[in-house]
Amino acid sequence: MSNFFKETDIDTLQAEAIVTETLKNCDDGELYLENHKSESIVLDDNKIKSSTYNSDQGYGFRAVTGEVVAYSHSNDISKESLRKSSDNLKDTLKSKKGTYNHEIPKTNSKYYENINPIEGKTFDSKIDLLKSVNNYLRSKGSIVNQVTANFLGEHKSIEIIRSDNQVLKDDRPLVRFNVSVVLEKDGKKETGVYGVGGRQSYDDYLKDGSWKDVCDEAFRIANVNLESKPAPAGEMKVVLGPGWPAILIHEAIGHGLEGDFNRKKTSAFHSLMGQQVASEGVTIVDDGTLHQRRGSLTIDDEGTPTENTVLIENGILKNYMQDRLNARLMGTKSTGSGRRESYKHVVLPRMRNTMMLSGKYSQDEMISSVDKGIFAVSFGGGQVDITSGKFVFNCTEAYEINNGKIGSPIKGATLIGDGPSILKEVSLVGNDMKLDPGIGTCGKAGQGVPVGVAQPSILINKMTVGGTKL
Amino acid sequence: MIRDQEFLKDIASYCIENSKKLGATDVGVKVIHSVSENVSFRNKKLDESNRADSFAVNLTTYIEKKKSSINSSDLSKSNLEKLIERCIDATKITPSDENNSLPDKDLMSKEIRDLNLYDETHYPNDKKIEFLKKVEETASTDEKIVNTEAGFTENKNNFILANSNGFLGGYKTSNFSSSCVAVSRINGAMERDYEFGSTRFLEDMMEPEEIGKIAADKAIKKLGPKKIKSERIGIIFDKRISKGILSILASAISANAIARGTSFLKDQINSEVFPNSINIIDDPKIEKGLGSQNFDSEGVETNSLKLVENGILKNYLIDTYYGKKLNLKSNGRSGGTTNLYFENGTSSFKDLLNSEKKFLYITETIGHGGSIITGDYSVGASGFMVEDGELTYPVSEITIAGNFKEMFKNITLANDLEMKYSTNAPTLLINQMTVAGK
Repeated sequence: MSNFFKETDIDTLQAEAIVTETLKNCDDGELYLENHKSESIVLDDNKIKSSTYNSDQGYGFRAVTGEVVAYSHSNDISKESLRKSSDNLKDTLKSKKGTYNHEIPKTNSKYYENINPIEGKTFDSKIDLLKSVNNYLRSKGSIVNQVTANFLGEHKSIEIIRSDNQVLKDDRPLVRFNVSVVLEKDGKKETGVYGVGGRQSYDDYLKDGSWKDVCDEAFRIANVNLESKPAPAGEMKVVLGPGWPAILIHEAIGHGLEGDFNRKKTSAFHSLMGQQVASEGVTIVDDGTLHQRRGSLTIDDEGTPTENTVLIENGILKNYMQDRLNARLMGTKSTGSGRRESYKHVVLPRMRNTMMLSGKYSQDEMISSVDKGIFAVSFGGGQVDITSGKFVFNCTEAYEINNGKIGSPIKGATLIGDGPSILKEVSLVGNDMKLDPGIGTCGKAGQGVPVGVAQPSILINKMTVGGTKL
Repeated sequence: MIRDQEFLKDIASYCIENSKKLGATDVGVKVIHSVSENVSFRNKKLDESNRADSFAVNLTTYIEKKKSSINSSDLSKSNLEKLIERCIDATKITPSDENNSLPDKDLMSKEIRDLNLYDETHYPNDKKIEFLKKVEETASTDEKIVNTEAGFTENKNNFILANSNGFLGGYKTSNFSSSCVAVSRINGAMERDYEFGSTRFLEDMMEPEEIGKIAADKAIKKLGPKKIKSERIGIIFDKRISKGILSILASAISANAIARGTSFLKDQINSEVFPNSINIIDDPKIEKGLGSQNFDSEGVETNSLKLVENGILKNYLIDTYYGKKLNLKSNGRSGGTTNLYFENGTSSFKDLLNSEKKFLYITETIGHGGSIITGDYSVGASGFMVEDGELTYPVSEITIAGNFKEMFKNITLANDLEMKYSTNAPTLLINQMTVAGK
């Protein structure tokens, strides 16, 4: 039974009837219901800066015919509101000649437990831990200028009612714990940020003092940056470390392989299916089925079970990521990649956990092969123009490489490249694939969704480093 | 239909009364209703229609100097009752902070002036569709344009902001916006560009043909870009992105960054930060202004502020909490700047382009490579090479880098300021930055 119609003037049967009637002669569509609880507790400047609890509930009603999507959403779950939305959808889609595809794969797999992490740890103990973080970092010396730490926890319950009374449900926990530290030495200030998270309870990430590792890592990055010199400017060899630097894959390749941009032929990759788009040793997948990972989903936001989708295999482009709409229009199947930020947003094909798989080289081999270049270990964010294929990402920890040896740390700089050609410049793929720590959020069309990335160390022959030193 | 003030006031009062009953010593609350209708087109066909009807309550309760907040979209009293209880429970066990408080009573906004921010005109979806057809018709005239997308959004908002010191105020606002994205192609390589208009009143919207034409022209001009050599060069920022310099300034002079000591402009008040020809103003009381407001997000009266006068930094952007930390009174900037702009420069756009033999003219940046803490800046960019005052060829896959402190001191403004966004700047030249390319 649905939990969404309690305390409303409408029951599940009546809602199902409205859905079926509204979606008559449509190709697709559903009523998506969502209850979202979230909490944020922030320590900053030695104080608990804010504690906020959010409770949001609503529905998004979608009707699809051909390429046209009509969407109406509201946080008023009532007969009148649903009726109004239904009228609005029917009014938009005047001529409908579609056939509703009732087939939707079922799944018995679950990639996370139905827990509510907010209630799984007391408010007091969260406050205490934030204070401990502050004390621990400030005890590292007077160079510690500022400490910020925060808990972000959420629990989302969704229910998808499709035409003819198919109901699909999922309950999704998600947590994130972040630490940021600013150090000051000889009038120079630098910052270091680190965090952990995923679809488990807070304590799975923080127990046995492992929160100290998060603090130590943020402190280490800031400390390295205090010694940093201006970054070089121009084209050079780049070695990327394993794990989080895979946001290069996310920006350079991932977005360009999302179904919508390829159906619309606005992606630089739209005519490259089956072609060599990367060096032979490169295999990239987008996997929604990793247990408890930030980007994992048991079912996507259209109800399709997620899967491990091979995007590039040994350098050849194999698949795009698809939601139902784009899959139907391109004559293929959904890959379980239909996602939305909330009931306020339409479904789009999105990434989950995007990963480059391991090759055979060691990181040392890569570094020792470079005469002049940089070694990039940690990153801030990135961005891509999917049409021209140009993408950027920002180093937050990087070093120069001179004659095969790692040299001084360099200041944060933007790296820029061209998506369709960058993976052909990957000359060595490492044997050390690592997942990111679970803190990524991907933005597309104003919607943010949690994602993961992974990669081994890689050597890129040529990339432009955006420093200030010529 | 947008809900009226009485409906919102009733919920605000309910929240304040109930919070007080449960032990809150102070309460602040905001109740918002917004209705938004969006239609989008792609390649001259309807692509998506989207109607949104959203409520929100943001409540903060104080018990002496302890504070906690809740947000909810469910306005039913049974739900609010539960959430208020939860908020009070959290407040009780949150450590106190001497700077937590409602704003001083004498700073609160006393009267609400009609700033002409609400146009009740409803633009039906059929009309939006007609508008978008014209946008795309014009955008796709040239055969080099292979894809067009266009959208029209109409937004109506109403809100009430109230606190337990007796402040209660709110008003309706509206927004109409339309955009066009055009994709051009030559020899298999594509470029994308856009144009958009955003106004409080429907009658002020750009003509659809103008939006389509600008987007298409820009996308075509970008075709066949070259990557240039790394060098030090003067950079001209197109108006579309020169306003970004003001957004950086706004973050760096927010009381938050100053009090926390994490701004590259800390301790720079009353110092020369820009060349002495430069004035920067934040004016909340511009009629029909996209950033206009009667009061800030705490209900504090907002008035026009000269942030920079003759190159000298004169004011921070101050809210109640960080103001107390800095021993300064709030100047009504909780929630940030309002209508922020550079006063016009003296040279014409043409003179600026001719002031040196060679420039790089940047029309777009990508990435978030600016640090407010260190002032270091490095972003991806695309634009055009300028030689002898003429745009000669498109440039892409390069980065531009520098440090804000130095960049600010090397700014020259053109005299082509337009008030098109909430933050506005004329075309702007920064002399000598590093370009990384080949």
